[in-house]
Amino acid sequence: MSAWLQLIIYFGTLLLLTKSLGAYMAKVYQGERVFLNPILGPVERFLYRLSGIDPRSEMTWKTYAVAMLLFNILGLIAIYLLQRLQGTLPLNPQGLGAAAPDSAWNTAVSFATNTNWQGYGGETTMSYLTQMLGMTVQNFLSAATGMAVMVALIRGIVRHTTKEIGNFWVDMTRSVLYILLPLSLVLALALVSQGVVQTFSEYKTATSLQSGETQLIAVGPAASQVAIKQLGTNGGGFFNVNSAHPLENPTPFSNFLEMLSILLIPAALCYTYGKMVGDTRQGWALLAVMTIVLVALLSVAIWSEQSGNPMLAKLGIDQAQSATNPGGNMEGKEVRFGIVNSALWATVTTAASNGSVNSMHDSFMPLGGLVPMWLMQLGEIIYGGVGSGLYGMLAFVIIAVFVSGLMVGRTPEYLGKKIEAYEMKMASIIILIPVFLVLSGTAVALMSEAGRATIYNPSAHGFSEVLYAFSSAANNNGSAFAGLGANNPFYNIALGIAMFIARYWLAIPVLAIAGSLANKKKVPASAGTLPTHTPLFIVWVIGVIIIVGALSFLPALALGPIVEHLMIFG
Amino acid sequence: MKQQLRPAITLLALLTVITGVIYPLTVTGLAQVLFLHQANGSLIVLDGKTYGSELIGQQFDDPKYFWGRPSAAGYNAAASSGSNLGPMNPSLEEVVQARIDALHAADPENTLPIPVDLVTASASGLDPHISVASALHQISRVASARGWSEAEVTSLVEKFIEGRQFGIFGEPRVNVLLLNLALDGLQ
Repeated sequence: MSAWLQLIIYFGTLLLLTKSLGAYMAKVYQGERVFLNPILGPVERFLYRLSGIDPRSEMTWKTYAVAMLLFNILGLIAIYLLQRLQGTLPLNPQGLGAAAPDSAWNTAVSFATNTNWQGYGGETTMSYLTQMLGMTVQNFLSAATGMAVMVALIRGIVRHTTKEIGNFWVDMTRSVLYILLPLSLVLALALVSQGVVQTFSEYKTATSLQSGETQLIAVGPAASQVAIKQLGTNGGGFFNVNSAHPLENPTPFSNFLEMLSILLIPAALCYTYGKMVGDTRQGWALLAVMTIVLVALLSVAIWSEQSGNPMLAKLGIDQAQSATNPGGNMEGKEVRFGIVNSALWATVTTAASNGSVNSMHDSFMPLGGLVPMWLMQLGEIIYGGVGSGLYGMLAFVIIAVFVSGLMVGRTPEYLGKKIEAYEMKMASIIILIPVFLVLSGTAVALMSEAGRATIYNPSAHGFSEVLYAFSSAANNNGSAFAGLGANNPFYNIALGIAMFIARYWLAIPVLAIAGSLANKKKVPASAGTLPTHTPLFIVWVIGVIIIVGALSFLPALALGPIVEHLMIFG
Repeated sequence: MKQQLRPAITLLALLTVITGVIYPLTVTGLAQVLFLHQANGSLIVLDGKTYGSELIGQQFDDPKYFWGRPSAAGYNAAASSGSNLGPMNPSLEEVVQARIDALHAADPENTLPIPVDLVTASASGLDPHISVASALHQISRVASARGWSEAEVTSLVEKFIEGRQFGIFGEPRVNVLLLNLALDGLQ
């Protein structure tokens, strides 16, 4: 009963906020006045003036891509250097030394690409300065990058017979100033009220009650970073165990706010999309596709975790749910969240490319672990990353439109634009690159000594750990089956490469599609045009997503979670 | 390319200052004014002595105290960690069996079923809570170790049961450190 209530409140609140935030973001990206203009307008103009940016001049898709890449690579270098030099820099009360080169590379790529895979343990590795100037900054900038690329694609769809798709610097700056910063400020303070720490003091000491020994409690400026890592689908935690840590996610209500923040912007961007293309039904249709897939997989995850672990049932412990006992598979979960909020988080964090966790996915039941893994493998399009989720989804829409066009023998079109060979090629690249990276990465790791050496759990579950790692990196998610020892040169380098390719070699074809569509003429809708907001189309897109996802990954999943499930229950 | 270099470098520097310095400092300033206790770790300070944090569990294995969740981090609050044991890892079965044995050894007469959260490791290794069932399960042991009646211990436990937040969110639970402080007469 309470489980249903919590789920209804969660999705209800999300849908309520979708429209108002979505409409607000549409205004921001169309350069209209919003209520924050009196405060942020001067700041915005100051930034442009100092950087020599003319906000009215626009870019071709190639210039847009160059600006995006340049900005991201500079950011990557900055966060790499911060980690290497932190030992000699201020704001390091625990005196933490430089991160190893391979680890620093991995983390730099990870945060620049909005993946936020963490090979390191936050409280034992990173100084406060690195967390602020490195992690927190890239949390904002990588999220804003995804949103900017998304907006450029929308302009490509909306405009016709032009080469210009907007100004990257303006889209970037407005995303940070008008959307990410205000939301983060409000969320950060709400989280502190619940008990998330926000201080620059050194770690606290206490006297343990039973032993009388000194207890060292890690603290730090966590809330400001946690807020943006949730809102920007980043996911890199302040502490090692991310949002399972009681000082990063102290109460059920902080947990609700953090979970809501994961899907908030990706959901609202669907409405922004509908608004900007001049037909909000288009946005709602995409949101429906995402939500239907999410809810179906969520119910599998909750059922699987609530059913408990038969291996423990035979030891005679009580896993039945009752008013006084959350029951289920509680290994790697926190009591304040119980089963429902742990399974819900695991599902939404991998549906969106967030990757933060409030429970340990490695200890999930086989099917409970399959859900997050497959959600990542679908390409991070079920909500997906801020911006990147929607542009990935639009790649699937292009495929769906194209295939249905072939079926009835008409030239496929989407929102008044002909979809031709060029768009199809780019959409195929967007969908196939992560699939290739996941499967080949997993294969290479399993065939090499170094890749097998740090697998933690035996048997099929060990295979799942590696498959999960590459699924996470090659789709820019960042969550982990954390038993796998990933902080070593092999995984740091291999996963770093996967994250890098997955981010930029997808963003570039997206911008290419934007440029190509912007250049086309608008064709008026005719009797033969496939409407793209109907239930039929929603089901059709879901079908395409599921077929591509299943065909690509069923063989690999069969070797991991599926066989493990059969070993336990078969 | 060259044209974009100046905006790239300058904007990176400026946005770093805004999001990496001004933003966290603003949050810190407001947090330290509005939520002093929470922002600094929700520490429990009694007569000038700090006993820990309301939000961070501690190690308890003495029969006279309530025990918390098993911890893969040994309750080290400067290095959080879960066990990451998979559901059919033989080591999981072994450690759970050992925890069951320890509970039985400390309270052989107890025939109540053992709730799952009392013998499985938490995600953080620092979980401050146990389920209500896990608290009820330990009443007989704590009572006999302290020479109290079970009714006395029960009434104390009942005071420390936290319901779902706002009646809706999360799970009912008991904060182990706060309960144990109360047992020792420290409030």
